[in-house]
Amino acid sequence: MNRNDVAITPELVKEHGLTPDEYKRFVDLIGRTPTLTELGIVSAMWNEHCSYKSSRLHLRGLPTKAPWVIQGPGENAGVIDIGDGLACIFKMESHNHPSFIEPYQGATTGVGGILRDVFTMGARPIACLNFLRFGEPDHPKTPHLLAGVVAGIGGYGNSFGVPTVGGSVGFHPRYNGNILVNAMAVGLARTDEIFYAAATGIGNPIVYLGSKTGRDGIHGATMASAEFDDASDEKRPTVQVGDPFAEKLLLEACLELMKSGAVIAIQDMGAAGLTSSAVEMGAKGNLGVELDLDKVPCREEGMSAYEMMLSESQERMLMVLKPGMEKEAEAIFVKWGLDFAIIGRTTDTLRFVIKHHGDVMADLPIKEMGDEAPLYDRPHVPTPPKPVIAPESVVAPLSDTDALLKLVGSPDQSSRRWVWEQYDHLILGNTVQVPGGDAAIVRVENGPKGLALTTDVTPRYCEADPVEGGKQAVAEAWRNITAVGGLPLAITDNLNFGSPARPEVMGQFVGCLRGIGEACRVLDFPVVSGNVSLYNETNGQGILPTPAIGGVGVLDDVTVHASVAFKRDGDALILIGETEGWLGQSIYLAEICGREEGAPPPVDLAQERRNGDFVRQLIRSGQVDTVHDCSDGGLALTLAEMAMAGGTGASLTAEPADLPRHAFLFGEDQGRYVLAVKQDVAADILYEATAIGVPAALLGVTGGASLILPGAQAISVATLKAAHESWLPDYMAGKA
Amino acid sequence: MKSAVIVFPGSNREGDVMRALAQAGSQVEKVWHAETQLPSGTDLVVLPGGFSYGDYLRCGAIAGRATVMDAVRAHAARGGLVLGICNGFQILCESGLLPGILMRNANLKFICHRQFLRVERNDTAFTKRYAKGQAIDVCVAHGEGNYTADADTLRRLEGDGLVAFRYSDARGDVTDDANRNGSMNSIAGIYSEKLNVLGMMPHPENLIEDLVGGTDGRGLFESLVSSAGRAA
Repeated sequence: MNRNDVAITPELVKEHGLTPDEYKRFVDLIGRTPTLTELGIVSAMWNEHCSYKSSRLHLRGLPTKAPWVIQGPGENAGVIDIGDGLACIFKMESHNHPSFIEPYQGATTGVGGILRDVFTMGARPIACLNFLRFGEPDHPKTPHLLAGVVAGIGGYGNSFGVPTVGGSVGFHPRYNGNILVNAMAVGLARTDEIFYAAATGIGNPIVYLGSKTGRDGIHGATMASAEFDDASDEKRPTVQVGDPFAEKLLLEACLELMKSGAVIAIQDMGAAGLTSSAVEMGAKGNLGVELDLDKVPCREEGMSAYEMMLSESQERMLMVLKPGMEKEAEAIFVKWGLDFAIIGRTTDTLRFVIKHHGDVMADLPIKEMGDEAPLYDRPHVPTPPKPVIAPESVVAPLSDTDALLKLVGSPDQSSRRWVWEQYDHLILGNTVQVPGGDAAIVRVENGPKGLALTTDVTPRYCEADPVEGGKQAVAEAWRNITAVGGLPLAITDNLNFGSPARPEVMGQFVGCLRGIGEACRVLDFPVVSGNVSLYNETNGQGILPTPAIGGVGVLDDVTVHASVAFKRDGDALILIGETEGWLGQSIYLAEICGREEGAPPPVDLAQERRNGDFVRQLIRSGQVDTVHDCSDGGLALTLAEMAMAGGTGASLTAEPADLPRHAFLFGEDQGRYVLAVKQDVAADILYEATAIGVPAALLGVTGGASLILPGAQAISVATLKAAHESWLPDYMAGKA
Repeated sequence: MKSAVIVFPGSNREGDVMRALAQAGSQVEKVWHAETQLPSGTDLVVLPGGFSYGDYLRCGAIAGRATVMDAVRAHAARGGLVLGICNGFQILCESGLLPGILMRNANLKFICHRQFLRVERNDTAFTKRYAKGQAIDVCVAHGEGNYTADADTLRRLEGDGLVAFRYSDARGDVTDDANRNGSMNSIAGIYSEKLNVLGMMPHPENLIEDLVGGTDGRGLFESLVSSAGRAA
């Protein structure tokens, strides 16, 4: 593909992932037949991954503003003000398709890409999280994919030097052919030292920084915008290779350069590489861009313009520099052993001009490459509502104790220690809450502030009822942050769905976004960045709708926080929130009864907020240090996790008269928390709660070596822990 | 007391150890790997954790041959204190300042977890604030921490009392379960013959505050600050 004058046939257009209509739109836009390089450029800009052509319309409905939001969606990452002159910069992004084809490299480059998005804006990354979904444990590919992805995430983050402090790992047959690897990065910058992508000034030098350009990853973004089939393994050459060492050098060099005052605009080369970064810088700044590809540092000889423009080689950046500061900038990059080349300049023509060996290989209108990208209002049908399952209709097949023991050791509820011990979660010395809590907590620099961080969604709820599932995903993230004492501030969303060409999938997408938007509005929890990953299908089977939510909250005094572990014998157990014994779509129904059925639990957002605000205030005032939100597995699993974390048992004495006991214990009603509080404050807390309309009830007391459920045999915490800790290591060793 | 923390391309725990040194009362200065000299008056040289040169080739192999390492070797030869943590330990082994080598962990995976160490002796510049036989609670974070040496070296290390720390349980018992990376004789750290160079895989610098897990790591830095000047 070296020549630029090949005939543009319909087959060639199709290979580039453009429909005949899209190609016609492009030809009309430029008024002539494109060159091969131009066809490559437009295919990179107009694929789903870069243009959001099927999702843009619906994303507009999300709330993105709040007084503390400095930058919402549209930049490399979202930015919020956390006080003290500091900004938190964060985003989550998917690397699903590459990770299925080559799990280690797919995951490393996912982490690398999201870290670059954050430090491109001037932030030093301080934490990473992730959200992972794999196929059923029995699927032959699952252990291999899990091992590779976890090693890849660790391999990149550990070397780069950022703690991986939280995440989520789950299994379901619907991910058999299409796993999810979503990575989130969080960084800190001064609010007055944030860098953006928009270029300014005419004739300013455009500088290429970082690693050299190779032939890797050409058409990666196009691959990410297509469904998989059995031949997908053949796409391995489009997966890039990550180099965390190069990225660490790039981070240090970029931050040093930013301090020097030489940087006008900066953009990382992620999906669609040089094409996307250069077009965005020019288009956002209302400027043209002219690049001379003879100057691009290449790893391989004889690369064509087409290849250079579409390469997705990793660890590269593009900057617009202040004229006259080239020498200082270059010295910094030479010190760090990185490539530095002036490859072009800004112009006043609003054209994107690519020259190679003296010839013009592409000459396109720069703003239209983004603004005129196709926009689709694809047909969508709502998911038909599922029947509500009455608690009385579910017969318990096991004793409550046996059910609990089975759940704590089940694939989805067992300990993730095997995973997070492969991540350096302690580097930087600020990890206050390690993985395993409701939300991770990292101290901000030397304090007193801290950040509470989480990733969450319950895909089976989204599948059953996209609107309620979308609400629940946001509410759950908000609850996780609240449960450690954080004030939830904003989210990043990673919207993983099947093919938008299917109306029922678009219906899921539209429904989930409606739910997410509603919850964000009521909870004052705006969306500041995100990523859409569609076409998560293999052979026509779509994944569960999975809008992963990455939440960020702030603790004003990080020393005042709560954790899930029981800390004392004799504490009173208090349940906050209403319990109706909701078993539809519950883990109990799926794991114990073998039924994935019914409507998911509804979320009352106003009540959610009242309950959460009450719990947070108890933590912040120092009255409560032991909190766990109730989610998968309901009250029983929540108590078991608190007992296992603290090595202390509890006995549950309260039980409602009007509910089957297993529905009370395992129902997944929303907006609930369990608190363990000192006896002398218990009565006051119950009184205060009732006074402001927060349901609160005394459940029992902590202490002893066993968990005692009402009317059931005592089960020792050690037994629970053995089951909880053993499943994943045994499974990975081929024993489970 | 003046400490010089050497920064190689790919070092990433230099900030953590600088914080621990400053907390213990040391002046701290970063020194770039391309320097030929240490800052004058340097009492302690620290080779921090990280992935110098990406751990490409072998962990510590390229950094062990960096320009600044000649100055570090000269400092050690004069009896100056040198502390290598994690990748720093690997660099010390690669540079010839300590014997043996760190191989891949027994499970072939990177591991990050809390870990008890038994303090083998408390009469050195690094450990005087601990009790002999005390179990200290620190953490590890490494993929290549499996200490390996030939039989003669191992005999000499044991015979001369040059083992600084061993992986242990909370009671200080050295068990196979506590030795997760598979190190020979459960070795977590060793001294040079003159006891002025210490290499260790675990990270005392990450356990210096109650808020972030505990304070058992402080003793090492406080020992060093109280020893400075006398050991040289």
